[in-house]
Amino acid sequence: MNFRLKDIVPQLITVIAVVLIFGFFTYNAQINMENRGIDFGYGFLSQESSFDVQFSLIEYDGSHSYFRAYLVGLLNTILVSVIGIIIATILGVIVGVARLSPNYLINKFAAFYVEFFRNIPLLLQIFFWYFAALRALPLPQDAEAMFGVFFLTIKGLYVPAFIWQNFNIFFYSIVAAVIAIIVIRIHAKKVQESQGKQIPVFLISIGLIFILPLLSFLIGGVSLSFEVPVLKQLATTSFIYEGGVSLPPELIALTLSLSLYTATFIAECVRAGIQGVGKGQKEAAASIGLTPNQVLKLVIMPQALRIIIPPTTNQYLNLTKNSSLAAAIAYPDLVLVFAGTALMQTGKAIEIVSITMFTYLTLSISISILMNWYNKKIAIQEK
Amino acid sequence: MSKVNFLKPDKANLNTFLYLGTFLFFISIFDVFLNSFFNVNLTGFLPNFLSFLLPLILGFIGLYFIRIEYSGIKNLDLLNKHINTNNFNAILSLLIIFIIIKSLPPILSWFVIDASFAGDTKDVCTGSGACWTYIKVWMRRFMYGMYPNAEQWRINLSFISLVLLGSVGYFATDRFKKYLTLYYVVIYPLIAFLFIFFFISGGPVFFDFSYGIIAAILSIIIGFFIPSKFRFYYFLIVPILLYIVLKYFIFFEEYIELGKLDGLNWVETGAWGGLSLTFIISFFCLIFCFPIGMAFALGRRSGFPLIRYISVGFIEFWRGVPLITVLFMSAVMFPMFLPEDFFIDKLVRAIIAISLFEAAYVAEVIRGGLQALPRGQYEAAKSLGMGYWKMHIFVILPQALKLVIPGIANTFLALVKDTPLIFVVGLLEIVGMLNLAKTNPKWLGFAMEGYVFAAIIFWIICYAMSKYSYNLEQKYKTDR
Repeated sequence: MNFRLKDIVPQLITVIAVVLIFGFFTYNAQINMENRGIDFGYGFLSQESSFDVQFSLIEYDGSHSYFRAYLVGLLNTILVSVIGIIIATILGVIVGVARLSPNYLINKFAAFYVEFFRNIPLLLQIFFWYFAALRALPLPQDAEAMFGVFFLTIKGLYVPAFIWQNFNIFFYSIVAAVIAIIVIRIHAKKVQESQGKQIPVFLISIGLIFILPLLSFLIGGVSLSFEVPVLKQLATTSFIYEGGVSLPPELIALTLSLSLYTATFIAECVRAGIQGVGKGQKEAAASIGLTPNQVLKLVIMPQALRIIIPPTTNQYLNLTKNSSLAAAIAYPDLVLVFAGTALMQTGKAIEIVSITMFTYLTLSISISILMNWYNKKIAIQEK
Repeated sequence: MSKVNFLKPDKANLNTFLYLGTFLFFISIFDVFLNSFFNVNLTGFLPNFLSFLLPLILGFIGLYFIRIEYSGIKNLDLLNKHINTNNFNAILSLLIIFIIIKSLPPILSWFVIDASFAGDTKDVCTGSGACWTYIKVWMRRFMYGMYPNAEQWRINLSFISLVLLGSVGYFATDRFKKYLTLYYVVIYPLIAFLFIFFFISGGPVFFDFSYGIIAAILSIIIGFFIPSKFRFYYFLIVPILLYIVLKYFIFFEEYIELGKLDGLNWVETGAWGGLSLTFIISFFCLIFCFPIGMAFALGRRSGFPLIRYISVGFIEFWRGVPLITVLFMSAVMFPMFLPEDFFIDKLVRAIIAISLFEAAYVAEVIRGGLQALPRGQYEAAKSLGMGYWKMHIFVILPQALKLVIPGIANTFLALVKDTPLIFVVGLLEIVGMLNLAKTNPKWLGFAMEGYVFAAIIFWIICYAMSKYSYNLEQKYKTDR
């Protein structure tokens, strides 16, 4: 090994600088905490939190621990992100395809949508939906039912609740269907490669995903009933809905604005992906006698997806991180519950902010590792 | 005349189909138009459901009749090609036309016809439309925040001078063009800093931070006269030395007090706000995040493993967390990490936080550009005997930056759109001021007007920026 001074010195200086900065910070933090009489530690997580959260997916009240409050916030963040991602993907794909439509009106309409929602700050959109648009909704007693069962009011959206019996059997039937589909796909690919025969995988898949859960209803003893929300009078002017599931207006405003905003970026990814597949590919595929459906499935989509998926995952990550703007309209997500209320109560600034940041960091880094792996897998194997 | 088959429009009966189709199409549009603008329902005698769908059905039949390929009429062919290629497209086109016609009257009446513009109290806003009086009355607050009315000329003057100074590049003759980079990278930010430091604030804003800025800028200027052999070590040592010298030996706090302009009142950063604060923050973050991002992009591609790991850690950390938690950190956690007598204004803390955050994104964008350059460029530069810095400054970076103009523009756009988040640290730029004005008891109930107003402003800024970046991209596009 021949170490050269020129190689070592810059690295050494950088490392020393970084270590010095961190040392300086830690030293100051220790002194500051000593002066203010704060002790460092994560023991507070098991203490009683004694604050309430308006909307939570798991059972929670003031007597539970701070750790449970953290979980409530995390689950709420995940809920908003998942709903937002689903809506944004559907909307984004539709708009992205519409952007490529030969129809002038559709094309311009999609372009208008993208340019409009992309250039307005997300926070402003959230405020707009929450403080301006949703406030114009009717009071519970004046609300008209949509399809007889949905009630959109100023206090939130009331939807019927599903009441399952033997839900686990239904769940297993879906899992079984998914596994069966995967097995059939693999088998079909083998058959195709060895004998050149095509098995109608798509039809079989659709059949399976419907028939197996249907069987679970007929044979497995699964039953489903709906509980429709009913208006109930509390006082002369105060009404609420009982029964069903109520989605708070914060959740609606947040998912709406997140998905409308992110869909514009996904639409651009989809457009770029489809445009990125050369015209020659399509023509070549058609010239060897593939049907239009086969061209789309076997030639265009695999290549387009390779371009679409990495930036789209990035957008999913952005959406998850942007969901932290929930704190601005008091939707109890991770930032509001934990880095807001819990921090105010305990005063453990360093611990709580570091846990919050670490949570988001874990989320994004795990997804980017997954993406890197996927990228490597689908990358063109150059010889 | 051949036989007319109404299920199959053909060219033989072109005129029959054309007149019939156009008539039906216009009838359908006319029906929706009357319904929407004059509230007249021509088909009111029909059952509700049918009356609702009738324009769509008529329009669809009309479009079906005029869908005749190669009709020889230029406009008809164009129409068919663009909005009427098949049944599905015809229905979509009709729906979009109907939606536009339907949504125009309510939008127009809200924005203009029923809106109130005059007066300066809430009482004039009785119509069903928007209350632009509210915006008019609150305009100063939305533009300048809590900045005292009598002092607002300082902000105006600073911004006008900065815009004028910024446009120098357009008028520079060829002789001065080579100094433009130096001007924009060093001198212009310094002037902007001085304007805001002495003029808009008029008092002790930046304290310790200002020593750092002055030290950095001084050392960069002196750095140009240092032989390139020693420049690396020079930049490692001198800025810190300068900072210490400035802080403890030359610039005492009294000098800063003395240094401020006579006759100007001190306006605390807490009173800054509105759109001008959006501009100040965007401007400084833009200036800071670019060099930091470039440094980390180079660090990530560096041959030294330790520097590479540190850069990767930095970039991935900032990219992994939401900006709101970063601002939380700068508000509640960062003061704990500093000595007690070390004061940093919260605006400066917010600017540092946003700059570091965006720098990570800039770094990734620039890295993309560096990776996209062919190896031959590096090898050619090396074979000419260029060192690391010379190679990057004269060969690699100019090409790489040209490649990533769209990416950088997107990052800057994101930066501008992220500025409203500074409400977390208690600073109120335009969106924050809107929320404050909305809760004013005298002006309750005008949230919509405020948000629409801010949305229009942001949309104009962002759209202009994206168009400008597109122009830049076209201008610097070079085929390789």
